[in-house]
Amino acid sequence: MVSCLGQHNYMKIEHSKGIGESIKRLEDKRFLQGQGHYIDDLQLPDMLHAAVLRSPYAHATITNIDVDFALEQPGVVTILTFADLHSVKPIPIRLNPYGSLEPFLQYPLANKRVRYVGDPVALIIAHSRYQAEDVLDNIVVQYDPLPVNIDAEDKVSCPLHHDAKDNVASNFVQQKGDVVEAFNKAEHITKLRFTSGRHSGVPLETRGLIANYDATQEKLKVWGPTKVTHFNRGVLAHMLEMEEHTIEMIEPDVGGGFGVRGEFYPEDYLIPYAALMLKRPVKWIEDRLENLMACNHSREQIYEMEMALKKDGTILGIKVLLSNDQGGYIRTHGIIVPELSAAIFPGPYRIPNYRCEVRSVLTNKTPAGTYRAPGRYECNSSRERLLDLAASELMIDPVKIRSMNLIQPEDMPYEVGTESLGENIVYDSGDYPFALQEVVRLSKYEENRHVDHDNLSNKKVGYGIACFVEKTGLGPFEGARIEIDQTGAITVSTGAANVGQGLETTLAQIASSVLTVSPDSIQVLHGDTDLIPYGVGSFASRATVMAGSAVYYAAQKIRKKLLKIAAHTMNCQVEQLIISDGDICMIDHQDKRLTLTQVAQQSSPRNCPPDIEPGLDFTHYFRCNQMTFAHGATIVKVEIDITTCAIVPKHVWIVYDIGKAINPQMVKGQIEGGAVQGLGGALLEEFNYDPSGQLTSGSFVDYLLPTTTETPLLESKRLDRSPSTLNPIQVKGAGECGIAGIGGALANAVADALGDSGNNVNVLPITPEKVWQWLMPMQDKTN
Amino acid sequence: MVQEATDNSRLIKLTVNGIEYERKVETRVTLVDFIRNELGITGTHVGCEHGVCGACTVMFDGQPVRSCIMLAVQADSHSVQTVESMSSGDQLHPIQQAFWENFGLQCGFCTPGFLLTVQDLLSRNPNPTDTEIREELSGNICRCTGYQSIIAAVKQAAIYMRQE
Repeated sequence: MVSCLGQHNYMKIEHSKGIGESIKRLEDKRFLQGQGHYIDDLQLPDMLHAAVLRSPYAHATITNIDVDFALEQPGVVTILTFADLHSVKPIPIRLNPYGSLEPFLQYPLANKRVRYVGDPVALIIAHSRYQAEDVLDNIVVQYDPLPVNIDAEDKVSCPLHHDAKDNVASNFVQQKGDVVEAFNKAEHITKLRFTSGRHSGVPLETRGLIANYDATQEKLKVWGPTKVTHFNRGVLAHMLEMEEHTIEMIEPDVGGGFGVRGEFYPEDYLIPYAALMLKRPVKWIEDRLENLMACNHSREQIYEMEMALKKDGTILGIKVLLSNDQGGYIRTHGIIVPELSAAIFPGPYRIPNYRCEVRSVLTNKTPAGTYRAPGRYECNSSRERLLDLAASELMIDPVKIRSMNLIQPEDMPYEVGTESLGENIVYDSGDYPFALQEVVRLSKYEENRHVDHDNLSNKKVGYGIACFVEKTGLGPFEGARIEIDQTGAITVSTGAANVGQGLETTLAQIASSVLTVSPDSIQVLHGDTDLIPYGVGSFASRATVMAGSAVYYAAQKIRKKLLKIAAHTMNCQVEQLIISDGDICMIDHQDKRLTLTQVAQQSSPRNCPPDIEPGLDFTHYFRCNQMTFAHGATIVKVEIDITTCAIVPKHVWIVYDIGKAINPQMVKGQIEGGAVQGLGGALLEEFNYDPSGQLTSGSFVDYLLPTTTETPLLESKRLDRSPSTLNPIQVKGAGECGIAGIGGALANAVADALGDSGNNVNVLPITPEKVWQWLMPMQDKTN
Repeated sequence: MVQEATDNSRLIKLTVNGIEYERKVETRVTLVDFIRNELGITGTHVGCEHGVCGACTVMFDGQPVRSCIMLAVQADSHSVQTVESMSSGDQLHPIQQAFWENFGLQCGFCTPGFLLTVQDLLSRNPNPTDTEIREELSGNICRCTGYQSIIAAVKQAAIYMRQE
């Protein structure tokens, strides 16, 4: 079995200063005072502004582009179309780049054919953003419309890409055991077709970039990248045919990531390209309509499921046909989203026989990628709904059917028998039944569920459960560099990114726990490719696990050096010294001490003893090729008014285990934020298309995000019962645990509230119209 | 960035955070673009450009408004306050302090709009109920926190401000 490299000396967290304390976040003071530096807050002298002309057609051939009139308009500097891009290449896949997907990749500008509404057609550069946007209407593009396909299950549509025989980008199977045999032995079979709607991360800050060629340093500088800056520097270098070291990517403050922000999009090539061409700084800020049609969508999947059971509820096997709506192109995530769906579909349950066939299909919609708990929000929702349907058919309690099929603590580590991201899925630790019991207890599910059912009222109350496993801490590595300068100032640098989650605070806490200084005395730098040679980034709930572990080891190295130099200065043995409150002192004579600054001064090349290498500057790359799995259980209580069909989530309970928390309040914020995003996708958010492929949800009036009045009370409880054995700080990622189970729990709660009509519940988001349709047959009977 | 003056420009005079400015501005320029790009005061953020998300909220003659759907020329002879006006030096406003202590922000992009909306709420209603807080903040979107910590922050801020 794969494992992390090296032995871990587990730290005694309970005695450590810094870890486990809910200190106030270090980044907040600048944010609270309006002093953050988000991309649109940055200005460079002599800067030009870009706007992107996007296709109004979902599928069409471009027969002509006329820019002559547009070029004469005030302020216009240049206009680029595909023909103007010198030796342009398609945008490569970041995760699992299978060669078979190459025909479906996107070029930065459309080459004679557009495949979704929003497909970039031309780039305008002007002296102001207003002028650049004015000119969008002055470029005359002739389109010859082609047949439009917006249905991933439509098998006879015209191929979207020239080199492909059809629109199936990928068709593969994940399986274990013998499904046929399982279904032969079945005493009961439950079937469900479940659909997850199309929605996305929608960070409150739209994307943006500034690129500038610095002639003094002979370097292309790009501000605005985040998430995976080192990888994207490599992509840009490849696409521009430059050396990697001649490009610097700089992450500003970032207004939310959620998986969609920071991938390499067409604009990530176009803006640097224009800056290089014009030798002037160029800025592009995405507007909200563009964000909703150009930034990755996610989630749109259809699950055709069959589950074989014994009469007592024991699961014998599951068959799934999974259709994934990929949109117009394969982007940087390749087919990782449906692959993750297929890999994690079994969830926290013992499924001895399993077969999932995935079809990832291109359609004339915005390309799809990852969004917080990608593939798992969908598969967890589908599986948990299937379980409740089986429980209903077999007249078994929803808690019981889960309890009897959950993986037990003694089964750990548990090999699921599936794989994703090049790794076998192996759950490392966790007490899954305990999490379920705890959420049942916390919500008083048993006591309240039947009490709250009032047949006479128009308001129907329902409770729904979902259990989940979340993959976190994806490898292969992350690095941290810690320096202490001769004034004693401590700086931590990493290749991980701060997308709003509080990375600066988390890493400062981890470093402070080793160096026994106050976390707010540590500066954390991130997201600049010049800070550290190698970096992976912030996604897959990995930053605390991977970068945090790197910080821990780098801090240990620097601590060792501090003790060595102090021992020399104090004329004693290293073993006689400890670090306490940032000072190095003798264990037996704690009044004999040196401050960190004093030792730092002794470490300088000027003062350092000749037999010791000078300097306090250590880098550690933490490497691990096995994910660590968090888990938990969610219960949602809803109230449905059967007159208006309004669905009101009343209360959410989440019990989760992430091993250890560095900052418990920050973790709680991740859980709550994820849960509300998930409720958005379960009740409000959906990208809708009309039959001609027009996006009809292009504003916040049509694409609804949850606000305070749609948000229920949230209660969460963190269990620290299964510390990760794969890293020295014993943590698992927290960012996706809040959202992972909420869709399924909400769907099950609606089904519970609808009583006899509940078995119809087969889709997210659940809107009042859908509730009305599900209730219809019953109302027809009673009328 | 300075907009090119055209025939469609007007000279406007307004006060922003207590400082008087006189500028020639294109009539089509929004108030938020004017404050951010002409005056270089960038704490006010643009989230949606159609008046829904509340990130661009500023105080206009003491009333919260959406500066993305107002024009700069409409602010002629008026007074505007942005998030930058709240703290004095390093001393945070009690609302900012309460947001900090309650983890009422993550990415921080929506925060300036929330802070000013809460300032307006607490000036009218020093002791709001949970329901009132939810109703009053429903025009501000936060994509990170799930709002629980923001509601806790508002209650804490109300206590701080009643104590002052």
